[in-house]
Formats: sequence, C-alpha cells, structure tokens
Amino acid sequence: MPVAASSEEIAAADERCSRGVSVGIKSVSIAFGGRTVLENFGIEISAGEFVAIVGRSGCGKSTLLRSVVGLETPQTGTIILGNVREHNGKPDVRVMFQDSRLLPWRRILPNVMLGLEPALIPRARKVLAQVGLAERANDWPATLSGGQRQRVALARALVHDPNLLLLDEPLGSLDALTRIEMQQLIEDVWQNRGFTAMLVTHDVAEAVSLADRVILIEGGRVALDEVVNIARPRTRGSARFAALEERILGRVLQRRPVAENRW
Amino acid sequence: MNQSEESPAKKNQPRLSILAKQALPWVVPTLLLIVWQWASSAGILPSRFLPSPRAVVSSFIALSRSGELWMHVRVSTLRALSGFVVGGGVGLLLGLLTASMHWAEILLDTTIQMVRNIPPLALIPLVILWFGIDESAKLFLVALGVFFPVYINTFHGIRSVDRGLLEMGRTYGLSGWPLYREIILPGALPSILVGVRFSLGLMWVILIVAETISARSGIGYMTMNAREFMQTDIMVVGILLYAILGKLADLLAKGLERYWLRWNPAYQTAR
Repeated sequence: MPVAASSEEIAAADERCSRGVSVGIKSVSIAFGGRTVLENFGIEISAGEFVAIVGRSGCGKSTLLRSVVGLETPQTGTIILGNVREHNGKPDVRVMFQDSRLLPWRRILPNVMLGLEPALIPRARKVLAQVGLAERANDWPATLSGGQRQRVALARALVHDPNLLLLDEPLGSLDALTRIEMQQLIEDVWQNRGFTAMLVTHDVAEAVSLADRVILIEGGRVALDEVVNIARPRTRGSARFAALEERILGRVLQRRPVAENRW
Repeated sequence: MNQSEESPAKKNQPRLSILAKQALPWVVPTLLLIVWQWASSAGILPSRFLPSPRAVVSSFIALSRSGELWMHVRVSTLRALSGFVVGGGVGLLLGLLTASMHWAEILLDTTIQMVRNIPPLALIPLVILWFGIDESAKLFLVALGVFFPVYINTFHGIRSVDRGLLEMGRTYGLSGWPLYREIILPGALPSILVGVRFSLGLMWVILIVAETISARSGIGYMTMNAREFMQTDIMVVGILLYAILGKLADLLAKGLERYWLRWNPAYQTAR
C-alpha cells in the first residue's frame, strides 16, 4: 500500500511539473504605424518557469505578451509554445490584464465560469474558494474592491488550469498591501500548479520577489536577462534581494551601479 | 452632494422625510389644480375655454361608465404598441446588423441617415394617399417614428462596447453567437434601452397627431370629435389620458432598465 501511494505521489508530482509549457520566441519584430516596438526579439522560457519582464512604459513588454496570446500578430519571427498532453497538444493560455475585465452584467460565479460547461460549476466554486472569495459568488462585480476583482480574474484564468499564464501588470492598480497579498497568492498557485508564467510589471521589487528570471526590454530588445538565485519564500528585506533589485532598477534607469563608480 | 441626507434633522425624523420625498413631486400639480378649480368657480375661466377640474372628472366618470372611453383607449394603445413593436423591432435588427457587419453599414447606413432627417409627420399627406385613413396609416407613421431612436442607439451601443471586454472574451475562446450573447448584447443594452425609452415617448406624440388628423376611433378621434360640439371637458379628458399613458410607457421603460441593468450601480434601487 505505501508503495502504491508513493507512486501516486510521484505521478502527481510529475503531472505538476508537466503542466507548464515552454515558450520559444524567435526574432520577433512588431511595428505599429512605422514605429518599431519589438525588433528581432528572442527569448526562451522553459516549462514551468516564472519569468518577469520589466522595462519603461512603451518598451513593448505588453505587446510581447499580447503577441504570445495572439492578440497581436508579429510582422516577422515565430512564437512557439511547447506541446502538452491534453487538448490535442494545444496548450491552454490565459491572460490576466491590468484591469480585471470582469463582465459587469454577470455575477461573480458566472464570470469565473466564462467559456466553461455548466457541469464545471463545482470546480469554479473550488477555485473561487482558493482565492478567498467563495462567499461572494452571487455578488455583482461592481460591489467588489479592486483587489477582489483581480482575485476573481485570477480565479477565472485558473479554472481553466492553464499551461501558460500571462500576467499583464495585473497588480498595477492595487494598493501596496493588496499587491503583496496578491503576489503571495500568485506565487502559491504557481508553485502548486506548475504552469509557466510570464509577468509584465513596472515594479522591479515585484519582479524580483516572484520570478525565476527577470528580463529587461529596452529599445525593442533584451537588455538584461538576470536569473534570480534567491530561495523561496523570498524576504524583501534580505541583502541579496535588495542588491539585485538595486542592480536591475539601476539598469532600467540607465544609472551605473554605485559600486562600479567607486572602483 | 448628500449633505442634506446626513443632516441631524433628517436622522431624527426619517419617516417624515420619506413621506416628504414621496409627496414633494405632487405639490406643484396639486397647487395648479387648486388654482384651476378656483378660477373656474370664480368665473375667471369660462368653461368654453377650459372646463373646471370637477367637470373634467365627472365627464371622465361618465365616459368610462358608458365604456366609450375604454374602447378609445384600447384602440389607441393597440395602435401605439403595434407600431412600436414593428418599428422598434426593425430598428433593433437593422441596428444590430449595421453595427456588426461592415458591409451592412456601408450598404444601409447612409440611406438610413438621410431618411432619418425627414420628420415622420411630414409624410402624413403621402401616407393618407397611400394607406387612406386606415389602421395601416397610423401603424406606418408610428413604426417609422420609433424606428430611428432604436436604430441609432442600438448601433451606438454595439459600437461602444468595451474593447477590453471583447479582447478578454476572445482570449477565453468566445466568438460568434457566444461572444454576442455574453459580451456584445449586454454591453449594448444600456444604450438600446435609452433608445426604447425615447421611442416610447415619440410613439404617443406621433399617434396623437395621426389620430387627430384622420381616425374613426381612438383618443385623438374622441378629442377632435368633442371639439366639433365644443365639449371642452371631453377634450381635456383626452389630453390628460395621453399624459397618463405617456407616463405609464415611461414607467414601463424604467422598469425594464431596472431589471435588465440591475448589475449597473447607476440603476440599482436604493434601499
């Protein structure tokens, strides 16, 4: 019996690891009305990895995310998502936008159920409970706070059990405390489910606290590709955290690190 | 803005304030009625021009007892509603079509915008020529009049559906009818209902004119007939009936808004 249980555990762990899907972006160029946003852009993201994309406003980080989900079509280059076992090999990709984009005319549970069979109501309720909003299932979105709405948007994405979750500054409009709460929630579900995550953010501290790798886009290209080698759970106060954050922020602002100036 | 609601006096006497709120809209009409009755009784207002409120009430009672009144009301209401259903229905369908399909907009919108600038009532001579003074003439005029507000507001409503929601819907695999049902129609509904409400008002205006000019039954006919015999009390009953029916139509539209737009904080009833 113990043997069977452990093999099940292994299978479960294996399932978790295989949830995520790799993303290969090769020499992608996107221009809007003659203005080049991304130029010959390429990154490789491995399955289950959490990648944060930072950069100044208008650097093309949102465009990159939108082209991964097919909302923008690159003029050149390819975006290839790895294969998965289910859905005929087509990976499930979900987006969380900066605004929650809940349907105001649907109550919370039907919002989470968007595009799902009615038979999956129990699953939607379970995911809603996971984000801590089980008792708000029958409320209108207008009665929720901004943070709660983003949690519903997260539940709506998670109920599909995505292979790739794209986060387009989802916490940008939240207050500082709610942001930290939401970051922990996102980290938890990512660790539990093992999907691949791409997070676009302005907030370097957020990128460092969540991501395995931070990528800086500048002038339509990768300007920095930094692996975050800090064990989870990460504490913002630690010296390594602060040093890394400072280094990335300095690079974003085109400031040379203080230490380099001195030596 | 709600400063007055939070004033201590209001908190101390909530029941009185609710009562006052309910009564306030009726203060001006009541005062007008009193002045009117007084002027009639005092002989300042000759009944040849305007009957006294009491005479209006008694002729209302007499007309409704004989059943004549209800016959006219039924005929007029039926005309108004059937014209509304035909014109509003066509307006809704064409609005949905031109807003959703680019080719339909190119094909139809210019024509519709041109016809829109013709006042439906200007067509009365032609309409009488075409349809005589039959039911179809009134139906045509009302339908034509209510068509445009519904059409324009439907078109506008669909065009102004939140792009972000449409984009979100597409990333969730919605397209075709599901996208329409979940996002486009509910998103356009507030605007469509504005068109409906406007149309309901217009519906009565057009019907009144049409019935006044040519009819053998209906409230307009009753009023015009009374004029022949200088029965000012019946004329006033007819005019007041239009006011009441118009108000009822508006209440109906408001009720629809409250129900269909209950998700919208702007339409939620304060408890």
